[in-house]
Amino acid sequence: MFHVEHTAFDVIVIGAGHAGCEAAGAAARLGARTALVTLRATDIGVMSCNPAIGGLGKGHLVCEIDALDGAMGRAADAAGIQFRLLNRRKGPAVRGPRAQADRRLYRSAMQAWVHAQPTLTVIEGEVVDLLQNGARISGVVLGDGSEISASAVVLTSGTFLNGIIHVGDRSYPGGRMGSKGVSRLAERIRGYGLPMGRLKTGTPPRLDGKTIAWDTLDLQPGDDTPTFFSALTTQVAARQVPCAITRTNSQTHEIIRANLERSAMYGGHIGSAGPRYCPSIEDKVVRFADKSAHQIFLEPEGLDDDTVYPNGISTSLPEDVQARYVRSIKGLQAVTILKPGYAIEYDYVDPRALNRNLSLRDHEGLFLAGQINGTTGYEEAAAQGLVAGLSAVAHLRGQAAPHFDRRTSYIGVMVDDLTTQGVIEPYRMFTSRAEYRLTLRADNADQRLTPLGVELGLVSETRRANFEMNMERLDRARKSLKRTRFSARALHQRGVRVAPDGPPRDGVSVLSLPGATVDVLEALDPSVASLDRSALEQVANDALYAHYVRRQDEDIRRLERDEAIAIPASLDFAAVDGLSNELVEKLTAARPETLGQASRIAGMTPAALTLLLARIRRDEKLSA
Amino acid sequence: MSAGMSTIFARSTAPGRAGIAVVRISGPASWDLVRGLTDRPLPPPRMLVRRNILCDGELVEIGMVVLFEERRSFTGEQSAELHLHGSEAVVRRVLRELGNAEGARLADAGEFTQRAFLNNKMDLSSIEGLSALLVAETEAQRRQAMRILTGTLREKAGAWRAELVGVLAEIEAVVDFADEEVPDTVSPELGARIARTASAMRSEGQGVADAEKIARGFEVAIVGRPNAGKSTLLNRLAGRDAALTSEIAGTTRDVIEVRMEIAGQLVTLLDTAGIRATEAVVERAGVALALRRAQVADLRICLGAVPEGLKLFEGDLVLREKADLDVSAKGFGVSGLTGQGVDRLLVAIGERLNDRVAGAGIAVTERQAQALLAGAEALEDVRNMLEAGPGQLEIVSALLWRAIQATDQIVGRIGVEDVLGEIFSQFCIGK
Repeated sequence: MFHVEHTAFDVIVIGAGHAGCEAAGAAARLGARTALVTLRATDIGVMSCNPAIGGLGKGHLVCEIDALDGAMGRAADAAGIQFRLLNRRKGPAVRGPRAQADRRLYRSAMQAWVHAQPTLTVIEGEVVDLLQNGARISGVVLGDGSEISASAVVLTSGTFLNGIIHVGDRSYPGGRMGSKGVSRLAERIRGYGLPMGRLKTGTPPRLDGKTIAWDTLDLQPGDDTPTFFSALTTQVAARQVPCAITRTNSQTHEIIRANLERSAMYGGHIGSAGPRYCPSIEDKVVRFADKSAHQIFLEPEGLDDDTVYPNGISTSLPEDVQARYVRSIKGLQAVTILKPGYAIEYDYVDPRALNRNLSLRDHEGLFLAGQINGTTGYEEAAAQGLVAGLSAVAHLRGQAAPHFDRRTSYIGVMVDDLTTQGVIEPYRMFTSRAEYRLTLRADNADQRLTPLGVELGLVSETRRANFEMNMERLDRARKSLKRTRFSARALHQRGVRVAPDGPPRDGVSVLSLPGATVDVLEALDPSVASLDRSALEQVANDALYAHYVRRQDEDIRRLERDEAIAIPASLDFAAVDGLSNELVEKLTAARPETLGQASRIAGMTPAALTLLLARIRRDEKLSA
Repeated sequence: MSAGMSTIFARSTAPGRAGIAVVRISGPASWDLVRGLTDRPLPPPRMLVRRNILCDGELVEIGMVVLFEERRSFTGEQSAELHLHGSEAVVRRVLRELGNAEGARLADAGEFTQRAFLNNKMDLSSIEGLSALLVAETEAQRRQAMRILTGTLREKAGAWRAELVGVLAEIEAVVDFADEEVPDTVSPELGARIARTASAMRSEGQGVADAEKIARGFEVAIVGRPNAGKSTLLNRLAGRDAALTSEIAGTTRDVIEVRMEIAGQLVTLLDTAGIRATEAVVERAGVALALRRAQVADLRICLGAVPEGLKLFEGDLVLREKADLDVSAKGFGVSGLTGQGVDRLLVAIGERLNDRVAGAGIAVTERQAQALLAGAEALEDVRNMLEAGPGQLEIVSALLWRAIQATDQIVGRIGVEDVLGEIFSQFCIGK
């Protein structure tokens, strides 16, 4: 057997999708010698599903990644061909930026970024095995037999683990269409005896835009003033284009219904759980039989690319049926399918087997991120990649990994959900998952996370300076508003809900009143107009929720107290008297690291928490 | 440790009939809470002193008060204890007053002990003993829940929660799936649905006092001037010589209690000292005690003319005393000696007590009641917001979560997955 010893690295990242890129980038930014191993270097930054980044919850994640100087936000801004802020007319906490991205531009932005990282090396190859020194990971073996050593390995294998693609009654192994699966590595992971499960997801057929009757369809343009993901982006980089909207009809549904048994899912070829929020068109027709039409967004995949992604009709029907139902849809009567839709089933590791730093409990130095942990979506993957990259470096330096908290980031919400609750379907971020949603806004992601980035040495000098400048503007705006007084009568006349004979109020407290806006203040006092507009909006957003956020503080204090109590890794839950079997099972699967995490496990009671605490304290005293 | 923590309180003695009841308060505001309940300066720490206990400015009790400073209390926090007479009415009034104070709330099960742990106030042996205790306590709670609730409250709370999760799902669908084919506003009948649930939760929360009465029984005080035949009546009702009787006015000095069942209700009859102005020290103390107990009893039966100093409430009975002495007299008379009018009296007591529990809810503990009332309050805020306009749905959602968490006290913890499940079953999500 032929062996080549590559140079040693600190961190090896397996897979260069969204999780892998952020993991490698984060490790490299911290100065670790990092190798990013991918089957094909040209696949770095490929968007394998729909050509869009962001949305509700997801957009929040991208802003948080950006606040820590990750790549996704800037790449999406650079590749954005249509920007829309979702929920623009709803409250600021639930507004989510979203962009259609040109696939080619996105890929080149990501590749340029990856190659620009000084301590990051891209290695083309297939990782077929992991090297171990006892329970410690010591490197990887490539397909050509060569070995690379490292103290930490981040595995971001996406859907490549035992991936099976289904098109109608045909199925074959594979990750994405056209890539070969990585089953030797899968065997190694299987051999660990980890709790694993199987999930599925689907894609729609890709259409040739030249064969779409665009002039018969409604167009959906982007926002006039785009909202970017990155705090560093100042202007649109690419030409802006609209999407189009069409709908299925009763004929479409008829064709689908008549061919249900030929669908991989309905024909019994797939048994695993798919996402409820992203059902196939077969599912929609069956489960919502009373709906006569379903909306489809026709999303261009790029400026120089005629491929169109019809968002809303993912399917696992055979190709001939796909062609027939697609051509029954308005505007698509003469359409050519470039690539058929398919469903893919893949393995995932029950994320309750992970520590909060995304490392595997019994395999020191091995970190998992992305779809392998049961999530879906580029944004979810990228955010985990970032966490895993940071944790891997902390591990090899013998430091504690930075902890992302539910109270301060969507990243924290996701990591906590995954590691304590596990998943029942591919996990996607929603704003409703965040109980502190009012304070976790896209507009304050930098305030929440950039200071941590600065402390870790993770962010560039440019980012730090930009952040400090923004904070100064914010501070100036807040102080100036605090000093400016507004008469109740004038406010009342401008439609602010306040008694006209009340006392005058300062600008910040005015902004907490219903009907008060920055515009009203500017109209009443010209000095306000001289302040930075986006800083003023942030002050207004904070003021709007101030009253409700105070109510949350008690909950947060309780949580903080419980989060401060660590549960030793050695604690045997089965040996704690008085815990029900059900709770012992759940605790053993999730292995919460703190009492706070334990308290979020479904079915947990105050009495059981006290029992846990009693055991922890007793053990402490006994060992003291 | 205690900085920033809330102040918690709870009755620390077993509920029900007892000589005294101890209310424990722990947390940074505990001394302030005591200051708010009393009308004299705070005593030095660890010294038990007598104090008037005032609720809302009104004297409700003369009790004992003791303060503990930080690190020298059971929990390790600044603490206080109120030692009250065992009357349910007084204890509940005081707990309610404490619950109204800013930053104070009823303690969760085991929370005092938890805080003691956190502040390292427990030694090894007490920690080991605690596990067993908690298990027993939980088991007792479970049995009690099974016995008293027989699932009814769970059913009710479950129904409210299902309703609220449905409402929340509609709101979250609008908030979280803006790009999908979901309505872009909430349906107009949402406000009415919320109002219905709010009022159901509120009346259940308020009905708690009555429900506890069913479990713990009522106090009925026999009062009147000296020598009106109160003790004789008590003995007649009890069917035995529970109280000493004589021709001499002022024979009864202490309060004599007899437990019995009247019209299906558990009743404690109180025989009290005859009320009159007197110089005799012992008798005077007896009169004061009689007045105090009578005022907080659930019902008063006054024999003869109403003595000065006794306040009567709606539904109280004023009867002609010693009815055997003048059989021709009109009105409702009663005689302990001959039994005349006693059956009629029993019927009258039964009617009044049953009236009081007619509106009884089924929530049994003060904690459940407070949770339900807090939930109702959050829902009332939601309704006001929705009425004021389309409103901020993310704030509405935060308030709805509070209301849903109130039902967690009764039905157990719920997570966001339940809401998402509801959304995905109602709306076709997935463009």
